[in-house]
Amino acid sequence: MASFYQWFHRMGSPRWFYEKSGRWLPWLAAAAFLLIGTGLIWGLVFAPEDARQGNSFRIIYIHVPAAFLALAGYYVMAVAGAIGLIWKMKLADMVMKSAAPLGAALTFVALFTGAVWGKPTWGTYWVWDARITSMLVLLFLYLGVMALQHAYNSLDTAARASALLALVGTVNIPIIYKSVDWWYTLHQPATIKLTGAPSMHPDMFRPLLLMILGFYAFYALVLILNTRAEILHRERRTGWVQSLSE
Amino acid sequence: MHPVRKQRLIFVLFIITAASTAVALMSYALRQNINLFFAPSQIVAGEAPVGVRIRVGGMVVEDSFKRAADSLDASFVLTDGPGQTRVYFSGILPDLFAEGEAAVAAGVLAEDGSFMASEVLAKHDENYTPPEVADAMKKAHEANQ
Repeated sequence: MASFYQWFHRMGSPRWFYEKSGRWLPWLAAAAFLLIGTGLIWGLVFAPEDARQGNSFRIIYIHVPAAFLALAGYYVMAVAGAIGLIWKMKLADMVMKSAAPLGAALTFVALFTGAVWGKPTWGTYWVWDARITSMLVLLFLYLGVMALQHAYNSLDTAARASALLALVGTVNIPIIYKSVDWWYTLHQPATIKLTGAPSMHPDMFRPLLLMILGFYAFYALVLILNTRAEILHRERRTGWVQSLSE
Repeated sequence: MHPVRKQRLIFVLFIITAASTAVALMSYALRQNINLFFAPSQIVAGEAPVGVRIRVGGMVVEDSFKRAADSLDASFVLTDGPGQTRVYFSGILPDLFAEGEAAVAAGVLAEDGSFMASEVLAKHDENYTPPEVADAMKKAHEANQ
């Protein structure tokens, strides 16, 4: 426990994080490239088509991983916000700020690919059911955090305000996840279940699993890159950052 | 833990609890409005309003689909098990619309319990199968009967 606290407090130092994370980047980049590359070719070319939807089902290989990370990324942002609020850790504030545009982009990708798939499958691009509406609320929460970050001159006030919004918004995540079970929606229930086998043929599911893992690696990679850029920007006047450019 | 940090932690937990409670109460009060559609059994039970635009959703009953020979007029029966509703629609149905599959119709409920739809959407389930597997499953199912 003592060593965990030591590690936790060292993580709070932007300089320590910057130096450590530089060594993780090549591994994350390689993992993301390999997993997404293999998953895309496998899923889009070699996986069998769906009996009813034909080839249009293949959008699942982008839609589901993007939606997964949009939800998981919100927890990353909210937990970083909470750590920033409680421990006043500067690095946590920077992670929260970096997670917002990334999550917004992934949410948009999930909504957009869903609309593109919805037209040939359902017969409409958009419907105001609980799943799709709560996902739109998620996009607005991400955009709200981004807007609050720019609404204050003081970094601390901006961090506190956006952490509060992020924490209140966590209510939305279980709602998105369970909306298809709690209410009648046009969106189908989850194919990949926490308990039990996925209701998808293994030949179609394996590339999807690769894509999800690849998106996790990609998310970690982009989040760290964003955070490093934020560290350099905020600490640009310190000696250690200036010595980097010498 | 430092008392000040503990106080802030309690504050964070309080925000999450308060927000969750508020949203839970709100969605409980609005639970019927959050549903995208009524089930046929609710329509049979008279829970759905007559004469205003609503949606009804369920499974399209096998052999219930009728198409007029000289126009786009069509009708089919939706069911959720206990209840059945006949839906009338004039227009082009989505590609994935089929008997034995789920569909959602938007329109107006008539006094006699039939539903005049102005839009029909196909609802896809969470199952994904390759065509060969689907054929094999269908054959096995027919052999059992």
